[in-house]
Amino acid sequence: MKRNKLAFWGFVGPSLFAFSLVVIVPLLVGIYYSFTDWNGIRSNINFVGLKNYLEIFKDEGFIESFIFTTKFTIASVITINVIGFSLALLVTRKLKISNALRTIFFMPNLIGGLILGFIWQFIFTKGFASLGELTGQRWLLGWLSNQETGFWGLVILMAWQMSGYLMVIYVAAIQNIPKELVEASQIDGANAWERTKHIVFPLVRPAFTVSLFLTLSNSFKLYDQNLSLTGGGPANSTQMIAMNIYNTAFKFNEMGVAQAKAVVFFLIIGVVTLSQVYITKKSEVEM
Amino acid sequence: MNKGNKTILRIIGILTGLLFLSPFYIVIVNAFKTKKELFMNTLGLPNSINFNNFVEAWKRLDFLSVFFNSLLITAGSIVFIIIFSSMAAWMLQRNKSKLSNFIFFLYIAAMLIPFQAVMLPLVRVMGKLNLLNIPGLMFMYVGFGSSLSIFLYHGFVKGIPTALDEAATIDGCNSWQTFWHIIFPILKPITITVAILNTVWIWNDFLLPSLVINRPGTRTIPLATFFFFGEYTKQWHLALAGLGLAIIPVIIFYFFAQKHIIESVTAGSVK
Repeated sequence: MKRNKLAFWGFVGPSLFAFSLVVIVPLLVGIYYSFTDWNGIRSNINFVGLKNYLEIFKDEGFIESFIFTTKFTIASVITINVIGFSLALLVTRKLKISNALRTIFFMPNLIGGLILGFIWQFIFTKGFASLGELTGQRWLLGWLSNQETGFWGLVILMAWQMSGYLMVIYVAAIQNIPKELVEASQIDGANAWERTKHIVFPLVRPAFTVSLFLTLSNSFKLYDQNLSLTGGGPANSTQMIAMNIYNTAFKFNEMGVAQAKAVVFFLIIGVVTLSQVYITKKSEVEM
Repeated sequence: MNKGNKTILRIIGILTGLLFLSPFYIVIVNAFKTKKELFMNTLGLPNSINFNNFVEAWKRLDFLSVFFNSLLITAGSIVFIIIFSSMAAWMLQRNKSKLSNFIFFLYIAAMLIPFQAVMLPLVRVMGKLNLLNIPGLMFMYVGFGSSLSIFLYHGFVKGIPTALDEAATIDGCNSWQTFWHIIFPILKPITITVAILNTVWIWNDFLLPSLVINRPGTRTIPLATFFFFGEYTKQWHLALAGLGLAIIPVIIFYFFAQKHIIESVTAGSVK
């Protein structure tokens, strides 16, 4: 028995040690810090109760970033899923170019968010401006210089990055649909749209659960792209929650408040994503 | 599907493909232009092909050295993630105790924790342990990477009959030998998945290394790009050449391992 125990810890121990020290301990310490006046510099830390949490609700910057993040998440989840699913339908139609298209659509997903943000900063500020001057389309001018274009800039960037990812997930689901089902419906006289609606949609529901989860949590937690595309500007109007937490901690040295925000952030993500998975799972079709 | 429909779909496909490629086009053509040329003509092809911007960006980014930092950190972390996660996952799956279930549950539940929730105390704890350096960063990647990796390995181990383990034990193998000689080779397909998913994440990661190894000399590609970009915002021709350099390794990796990458990403998300 002793030998077994030794083997157990010998195998689980190294990973668990790193995991505890990097995830579990900081999480617990962080929850404790959120109730203190820790500022990262002073060594004596005092317990202040719920003060930091109450401060969050008075912090207009945080509330604005929360609203902006929520709006962005809704817009990007819808856009990415619609485009991703459409691309999946397109590349499963057995065209000669299907494989090449799949390669192209997926490619942006491998490039880091930080670098993508810089690329699109150039496209929106210089490329769009040139195109606008060339064609006389005034709406192409001045992108990223206000909240609205910053918002749609982020949505477009994320759509470009993640649609290919979701396409891959939806393609796997579409290819799992039994051929007989599709053939039977064709014999029954269903057209392409009816087939999509009554066969494809219900049978890709599990992939939909996954995709919704991935886009929801990725959009809500967005940081790198936010930093490199707009930097939160102009005047913090496109600042998302992750960036607000970062700035609270490192620009204003309010570690306790930043940590309280981070705990709230964690709870929101947990509640939203878990209820989403619960709701969409419930309505999946059993095969 | 009739012929006309197919043609329409093909045209839609080609147009969408071009639309998806256009950002790459913009980066490449402008990275070859001079500052003045870029200002006058942003959308067209460059007047001449010269690599001056790339040479300049390469030098100022210190590209070779940041590339090797990225490579060292990514490869080193992946090796440790694979070794420790596969070991832990096998033991957690085979050992049916309450403790074992609880530990596995912890790993899974931790996937929901956003980095921001642990970021500040992590830097403090690691600072006290003198781990704000490259080995420390690798250690952190092993910790953060273990959740998904153990989850994937655990699912795969479930499909391996325990009879194999038992046969090895009867033949006189201890746990260590059983795992490395019998089990680990069978895990190869999922090991490839684990390696690719973690590579994509670690190679591109910005926030964690920015808090841990943000000094000249130890910077990775994303960190160096960030600083380079901050210095040259008004000089897009250089900035774009730098971005081009940063993308090239990823594109090369993609072309060589495309099939594996797409399969891994699907496996990693659907499970």
